[in-house]
Parts: sequence; structure tokens; C-alpha cells
Amino acid sequence: MTALLPRRGLAQILALIVILAVDRVVSPQFFDLRLQDGRLFGSLIDVLNRGTPVALLSLGMVLVIATRGIDLSVGAIMAISGAIAASLADSHSMAVVLAAALGAGLVCGLWNGFLVSVLGMQPIVATLILMVAGRGIAQLITEGRIVTFSSPDLVWLGNGSILGVPVPVAIALGMLVLTGAVVRGSALGLLIEATGGNARASELAGVGTRAMILAVYVWCGICAALAGVIAAADIMGADANNAGLWLELDAILAVVIGGTSLFGGRFSLVLAVLGALIIQTMNTGILLSGYPPEFNLLVKAVVVLAVLLLQSPKLSGVANVATRLRRTKA
Amino acid sequence: MKGLPPVLITAIVLVAGFALCAVQFPNIASTRVVGNLLTDNAFLGIVATGMTFVIISGGIDLSVGSVIGFTTVFVALAIERWGVPPLVAFVAILALSAAFGAAMGAVIHVFDLPPFIVTLAGMFLARGASFLLSTESVPITAPVYSAVSDFALRLPGGGRLTAIAIIMLVIVIGGALLLNLTRFGANVYALGGSRVAANLMGVAVGRMTVRIYMLSSLLAGIAGIVFSFYTSAGYSLSAVGVELDSIAAVVIGGTLLTGGQGSVIGTFLGVLIQGLIQTYINFDGTLSSWWTKIATGVLLFAFIALQQGLVALARRPVAKRAGAVS
Repeated sequence: MTALLPRRGLAQILALIVILAVDRVVSPQFFDLRLQDGRLFGSLIDVLNRGTPVALLSLGMVLVIATRGIDLSVGAIMAISGAIAASLADSHSMAVVLAAALGAGLVCGLWNGFLVSVLGMQPIVATLILMVAGRGIAQLITEGRIVTFSSPDLVWLGNGSILGVPVPVAIALGMLVLTGAVVRGSALGLLIEATGGNARASELAGVGTRAMILAVYVWCGICAALAGVIAAADIMGADANNAGLWLELDAILAVVIGGTSLFGGRFSLVLAVLGALIIQTMNTGILLSGYPPEFNLLVKAVVVLAVLLLQSPKLSGVANVATRLRRTKA
Repeated sequence: MKGLPPVLITAIVLVAGFALCAVQFPNIASTRVVGNLLTDNAFLGIVATGMTFVIISGGIDLSVGSVIGFTTVFVALAIERWGVPPLVAFVAILALSAAFGAAMGAVIHVFDLPPFIVTLAGMFLARGASFLLSTESVPITAPVYSAVSDFALRLPGGGRLTAIAIIMLVIVIGGALLLNLTRFGANVYALGGSRVAANLMGVAVGRMTVRIYMLSSLLAGIAGIVFSFYTSAGYSLSAVGVELDSIAAVVIGGTLLTGGQGSVIGTFLGVLIQGLIQTYINFDGTLSSWWTKIATGVLLFAFIALQQGLVALARRPVAKRAGAVS
């Protein structure tokens, strides 16, 4: 297996390079970067910046999918946390705003985790409930309006920069490092993979699968809440109807592109984030190419299909047979 | 008979809900409101019937909303811009959507992929294709459309049973018969119970998978035509999120999302419950539309928790018996 490890991720990196090259062709200035008012600007930075919400979502989603689950409610959680942040921003301190918004994500994650791990519901169904009801709750918070705010602290979160890097990108990077340190710096990642690989066997081997499942949904909720705050800060307002709409599908797609199987087991945080970047690079490329953005969905559909077919157990079976044949011949 | 108890509960919820609404707003208990309820939810009833088959067989179809959107745009453009006779346009789009569903089913079976992600790709594909056709709303002025909109059976009490409501009722009844009385229906249940066991029993799993998704997409196509009758227009953004509404209707109707159990009639009642919530909110006037979503979510939770309880209850005596034997 160790010999195979470097090959993991090669396809994703190649795909990203190909898409970047195509982007370079359609827009010659694609790789131009310039420093303005202490912040970097350019298409590449734009890709990173716009890719942040999906990248954050995919960080939580990849853990959930590794336990053989799925979380459809992340878009709705984004709407809830964005609504909370926007309604509190002008009257409360930043700490309160962040605590309330992230706290809401934590509660949502606990709810999902409770349904899946304690009540034993199917993840699709359990998170469908919050997906449907969550947007209603968000609208309840904003009272159906688009809530705007002018709190400079919160605006900085969406539009500021640290050492030239946009704040959202820095946050996403920070979360990637933090999540990576927690799950890969300890046995946690292994236990999560074990839970997804075979929950019953792991349970018998002494893994606290219920706690694992609860924890990943909570983490997914927090990541989604953070993405929601950033999305709200970016547009300086919260739109309960459209914030994070269909982003759960993009996040799942990012995880799948990142090579994590929907059937649970092995996962890779870095590749999931890379998957999010691949999606965003495609989106930006289509925008820059002057094609109508409607092409986005078509291109996405083709990419999903291609990735699926590459990961298909049947096809990899064929590939395995082919390599075995080659080996026996040699 | 095994599908009865959850359906009964759904029916009780519907009747009780309707009674409560009628107590508060006596006008709700009229054939006029009931007729509108059926008309407004006709497309949802049709598409949810197809979804019931998919979910009982253990799958899921996320593409139906997009197929409806594509159908409305295709039909509108075919009739208004390309000068195709409406009937030919209908046949063409139904053939197209059936082929689309068959292709998804084939991909799911041949490559052994999760239906969730395959139909997600289908959802992107159909929605993207409808954007490509046209991004603006195309009004349909063909005489057939005004004829169908005007047609209605008069009900006692001033209600109107419109053509699209009749289409929906026919499809629901046809779906129920197909599921309960034919070999195809029995195979759908078998597939949802266990694919492996169904295969060993001699069910042609591959052919069944293709046919089930074909049926779902075909019904989504019909729902799209009905939707275009309903709005007299084709719009690529129509029916966004209908896949969720129809999954919710199926679950509220007592169908297990794990597959193997459920009924079309339950789904129909689930559609009516969702429509009733909407009607109540319209009558009340002070409640905002987002309460629909919250109420649907609460109902979803209640029904799933109930099912979970029933399943646990059903398993317990079996475990005891097994324990006694060993």
C-alpha cells in the first residue's frame, strides 16, 4: 500500500493543472497577481477566495462521509449561522456574534449526530429534516428579509486580509491545518475510518463508533456555520433563501472528487479541499471564458460522471485484472 | 397488508389536520378548496408517485425537479419557437425523459454506483441543459393549453376538478395498481428488501433498476407537462427543490427510505398533507411561507422517528424468539 500512497492524489493534482492550463488559455491574465492596499488580487486569489465556503464545508463533509454518512443540511446551517451573525453584528461584540453563529452550527451538528448515532436513522434522511426545516428557521431569524449590517469587524472577516492573503482563505487554511492536526495527529482519523469501513466490527474492537459519528456531525456543523458567517460577511448581509443554496451538493462533489468513497472508509482532508478548488477553478474558468454561466452545471455533471466512473468498483476491478495480467506476463 | 399501519397514521394525520383547519376556517371544508388543493399539487403528486417506486426499491432520484424544469422549457420552445404540434412535443419529451431515466438506471447498475450521486449528476445535467435551451420564461399560447386550463369537472358546492388534477389522480391510481398487483411491483419491493436476495430469487436486477428509474423520469416528464399546463409557460428555473418535496411526501406517506416497504396511496396522502399546510398558511394570512418548511421538517421528523420506533418494535420479538431457540 505504501507504494500506492504517492499515487493517491495524483489524478486530482493533474486535473487541477489541466483546468488551470485551460483557464490560462481562455484568460491570458489568469496567473497575474498584484498587491493593492496590502491585499493580493488576481484570478488565482479569486478562485481561492470564492472557493472558501465549499472548501470549509468539504472539511466537515469528508469526515462525515468517511463514517459512511452524508450531511445534506450544511447549506441550511450556513443560512442559519449567516442569519444569526448578520442580525447580531451591529448590536453585539464580535466575540458574541461568532460564538452565537458557531454555537448554532454546533447545535445543528449535535441534532444531526443525535439522529444518526443515537436514534440510528439513515444519514440521508436524518439530515434531510434539517435541510428542509433549516432554511425556514433561518428565515424566521431574518423575518424573511435580507438582513444587512455594517459592523467593520464582521466585514473584515469577509473582505479583509492578513499579510496580503484574504481573511477567508487564511481561515480555511487554518481550519485545514487544525482539522488535520486533530484527526491525523492522533488516532482519531484512523478510528473514523474504521467506523466507516465496518461500524459493527469497529464497535466490537472497542471503537466508540457512536461518539465518533456524533463528533463528525458536530464538526461538520461548525465548519458549515463558519462558512455561513464568511458568506454573510462577504456580501455584508444574510439572505436566508439563497445563502449556501445547493452548496451541500458542491461539498459532497468536492469530497467525491477528492477520492473519498461515499461508502466510507479512507479519507483525505487535503484532497477534499483540492476537490473544492477544482470545482471553483472550473466555475471561474467558465466565467472568464465568456461562456454563459449556465454551462457550469453541464460541465459539473460531466465531471461528476467522469470521477464516478473512475472510482467505480467495476472499472477498478477491470483495472486490477489488467495489472495482474500484465504482471503475470512479465 | 404490511404497509398499512404507517399509511393509516398518515391518513389520520391528514384527517385530523383537515378537521383542525376546518374548525378554525370553516371555508376550508369546501369542494372548492379541495379542488384547488388537488390542482396546485398535481405535478407534485405525479412526480412523488414515481419517487415512491424508486425509494421502495432502495434508491433515490434527485433529478426529478430538473427533469420537470427541462420539460417545461423544451415543451414551450418546441411549441412556440420550433412550431411543433403540442402532441408531438409531448411524445418527444416523454421519450427523452424516459431515455434519460433509463440511462441513469443503467449507469447505477452497470458501474455499481450509489444512486444518490448518479442522480445528482443527472440533476446538474438536466438543469444545465434547460439553462442552455433558454434562461428566460417562455409563455405558451397554443390553443390546447387554454382548452386544458378551461376544462374542469364541476363538483357539487362550486369546486372544480381540473384536467391536471384528473391526470394526477389517474396516475396515482395507476401507480398504486402497478405497485400492488403486478410482477413489476412485487419485484420493486423485492429489490428494496435485499438486492442480493432478489437476484438469487431470479429477479433481473439490472433490468428492474433501469425500468424503475425510467418510470421515475417518465413521470417527472409528465409532471413537467402538467406543470407547463399549470403555469402556461416554460421556465428553466421552475420546480427547483421539487425532489425534496417529493421525497418528503414519500416519507410522510410511510414509505421506508431504506426501501422494501411503502405505498403509493401513502405518498398521495403525504402530498395532500403538504398541500394542506400550504393552504392553511394561505388562509391564515399572518403566518409567513417559511412556516411551511418548518412544519414539513417537523412532520418529517415525527414520521421518521415513528418508523424507527415501529422497525425497532418489529425486530424485538424476532430477537427474543431467536434467543429462546438458542
